[in-house]
Amino acid sequence: MRSLPELLEGVPITLLLTFCAISAGFALGLLLALGRVYGKKGISYSCIAYLEIFRGTPLLVQLFIIYYGLPNIGIIFSPLLAALLGLSLNSAAYQAEYLRGSIQAIPANQMIAGRTLGMTRFQSIRTIILPQALRISIPAWSNELIYLLKYTSIVVYIQVRDLTFQAKDIAAQSSRYLETFLVVALIYLLFTILFSEIVDRVEKRVRIPGVGLSPRIVKRNMKIPFKT
Amino acid sequence: MHMLEVVDIYKSYGSCEVLKGLSFTVDKDETKVIIGTSGTGKSTLLKCINQLDPPDKGEVWLEGEDITNPSIDLNRIRQKIGFVFQDFNLFNHLTALQNVSIGLEKVKKIEKENAREKALEELRRVGLEKQSCQYPAQLSGGQKQRVGIARALAMDPAIILFDEPTSALDPELIGDVLDVMKNLAGKVAMLIVTHEMGFARNVADEIIFMEGGTIIESGPPEQMFNNPKKERTRQFLGRISTLYGKE
Repeated sequence: MRSLPELLEGVPITLLLTFCAISAGFALGLLLALGRVYGKKGISYSCIAYLEIFRGTPLLVQLFIIYYGLPNIGIIFSPLLAALLGLSLNSAAYQAEYLRGSIQAIPANQMIAGRTLGMTRFQSIRTIILPQALRISIPAWSNELIYLLKYTSIVVYIQVRDLTFQAKDIAAQSSRYLETFLVVALIYLLFTILFSEIVDRVEKRVRIPGVGLSPRIVKRNMKIPFKT
Repeated sequence: MHMLEVVDIYKSYGSCEVLKGLSFTVDKDETKVIIGTSGTGKSTLLKCINQLDPPDKGEVWLEGEDITNPSIDLNRIRQKIGFVFQDFNLFNHLTALQNVSIGLEKVKKIEKENAREKALEELRRVGLEKQSCQYPAQLSGGQKQRVGIARALAMDPAIILFDEPTSALDPELIGDVLDVMKNLAGKVAMLIVTHEMGFARNVADEIIFMEGGTIIESGPPEQMFNNPKKERTRQFLGRISTLYGKE
């Protein structure tokens, strides 16, 4: 346990990777989802190609290509940057699919009603479709956040000194593998529980009756004054 | 100049010809009601008018402008054509008030404060100022439709198109919506597709009877109900009257 401070040195890196990748992945994922749903054929197919490639190949292989492969053609990244890039690009593909599902779950008539008022397509997407779609996508997005936090551990293979990397070092030096990795597992667990709790609260906070929940659940959890 | 002029429009879906050369006009503050059996292209006609689904042939003129002209800015035109849907299509994530004000804020670029004030005024007009903070899921069908009407009214449209506004409502809720529409008669041009014959008879300036993608007959309610010129009109209205009871 004397090694705990050393172990915890890896935590900021793990959290940094998680937050940057989830944010960058969200921004890119949103563009991909919009491109896939609303883009002209060429754009739509390009987005699909991206999604297929990044979801269809192992994350570890993607990281290896970026970190070990690209230097062959003169593109060199530091381990941390390579990890950030790989995780972000990969997460973008998954987040794009969650977002696409949510966007397509919004009835087409919502868009038509917006256009009828004189909104442009873009305005309708931004003010009518996305506010609803994003709310619906929160549970899936929460999953992605937790997955991502855990999958950042894979970056030990490209020499990023994250939580798992520190643990590996300490365990090797002290030969206390079981103890060390149990502590590491516990740390990951604490963060996943914390994150899902936070996202859960955010979801409740932005919840709107009739958007993204079945009426039964709405009735049970919220006191709605029906037909006042 | 007519407020709305529809000139010989045609519309097909694949090999199915839905509209076969329709022409009519709606003047300022006039109420016209379109009746006819289901599947005769009444809803298609409305979508052809606001260019959600432009006609294949023919012209639509609004306030002296040919809006079927491909170079026209449809987003500007649609502000002037209110649309009330059969299934309401309120924005689910917005309160009643926001549903009415969003068009003012985003399309007409009116300042938020003023837009909300105007929206509240419109909600008052349809008797729903108390529900202004409720979301669509918390409103009854009749209330939703009245918000839908307020949303259309708020944009100060040249004309409002109603696509069977009461067809999705429980019988006891229909009255509230029809009352709101009755109050609008003579204040704004309205083109209403409906099966409410009592309403058509009492409120319409003119009734258009449509079948098979064409206008069979049109005229003032008195003439259409009591003394139709075409045998087919007589048949249709006769059957409707036995179904719904005479007024």
